[in-house]
Amino acid sequence: MNEWPLWEVFIRSQHGLAHKHVGSLHAPDAEMAINHARDVYTRRNEGVSIWVVKASDIVASSPGDKEPLFEPANNKVYRHPTFFPMPKEVKNL
Amino acid sequence: MTNAVQTPPTGSESLFAYLLRLGDNALILGQRLAEWCGKGPMFEEDMALSNTALDLLGQARQWLTYAGDVEGQGRDEDALAFLRDVQNFHNLLLVERPNGDYATTMVRQFYFDAWHVLLLQGLCTSSDSRMAEIARTAVKEVTYHVRRSSDLVVRLGDGTSESHRRMQAAVDELWPFTGEMWTPDAYEVRLCEQRIIPDVAAVGPSWLTHVTDVLKNATLTVPTATWMHKGGKQGQHTEHLGYILAEMQFLQRAYPGAKW
Repeated sequence: MNEWPLWEVFIRSQHGLAHKHVGSLHAPDAEMAINHARDVYTRRNEGVSIWVVKASDIVASSPGDKEPLFEPANNKVYRHPTFFPMPKEVKNL
Repeated sequence: MTNAVQTPPTGSESLFAYLLRLGDNALILGQRLAEWCGKGPMFEEDMALSNTALDLLGQARQWLTYAGDVEGQGRDEDALAFLRDVQNFHNLLLVERPNGDYATTMVRQFYFDAWHVLLLQGLCTSSDSRMAEIARTAVKEVTYHVRRSSDLVVRLGDGTSESHRRMQAAVDELWPFTGEMWTPDAYEVRLCEQRIIPDVAAVGPSWLTHVTDVLKNATLTVPTATWMHKGGKQGQHTEHLGYILAEMQFLQRAYPGAKW
């Protein structure tokens, strides 16, 4: 039974929000992965939608690429949209 | 309970007896499923079975609380669950069957779920508003139960030769315990006349249609045996129920009134 593939589970907690990664599980196929996700992760009103993705289908960045990917020059302040006041009414941004 | 056959039961007697059946089915099957906790074949399956057990336990609490109110003798859900003896339990014989292997557990669940969801759908439009209210919350959970157990029956029946063999054995072994579900007795006839419960006999054909479809998809043979066990609903149980109650009721029997 250990050959069941690993699935990553994403749950949207409410309409308007993005799906968020909540964990992983094993299942033989997508349908059972959804059922298992329901049983393992959504028993306390956590969500309105479930995504499952085979872990092997996720392409991840390499830890060795840290500098070229995540450390841009910080002397270009206009890249950071911090000069705009946010209206109070806008939530979840 | 045996004299119910000779003298027509009153309305509240029938309602009380029937609520015990609903509560006891959920309670005993939930207790059986809980025996798997920590021993499931996969972590995810272990969780799913425990979830089903908890759903059923929640339903049992609602039915038994209502039963206690109808009886009017001051018995609450705990008194009814922990302080009744075997002959006063009214669950189907099917739900007290031992867990056996995973095939036996899943087929028992499948037979029960396929009937349970049809019954609850009927109870949603009960003329008894509290009955309908409980049924409407329970039917959501049970709709998932039947989806899950039907899916697993197909997967295991149409799986390996070993899983197929085990599933066919379970299908055949448990079949004679299904007839009790749709063979009405005096209580059920009376409650049906009052539109409190659906026609129990009419649920049978719908159940058989669903079960036949799923078993065929699972490449399993639908049993043709017509002889059926009966008696659970009337309080005549197999030897298994005593052992279930001994474990379930031990704490309240040994330490009366003990609380968390």
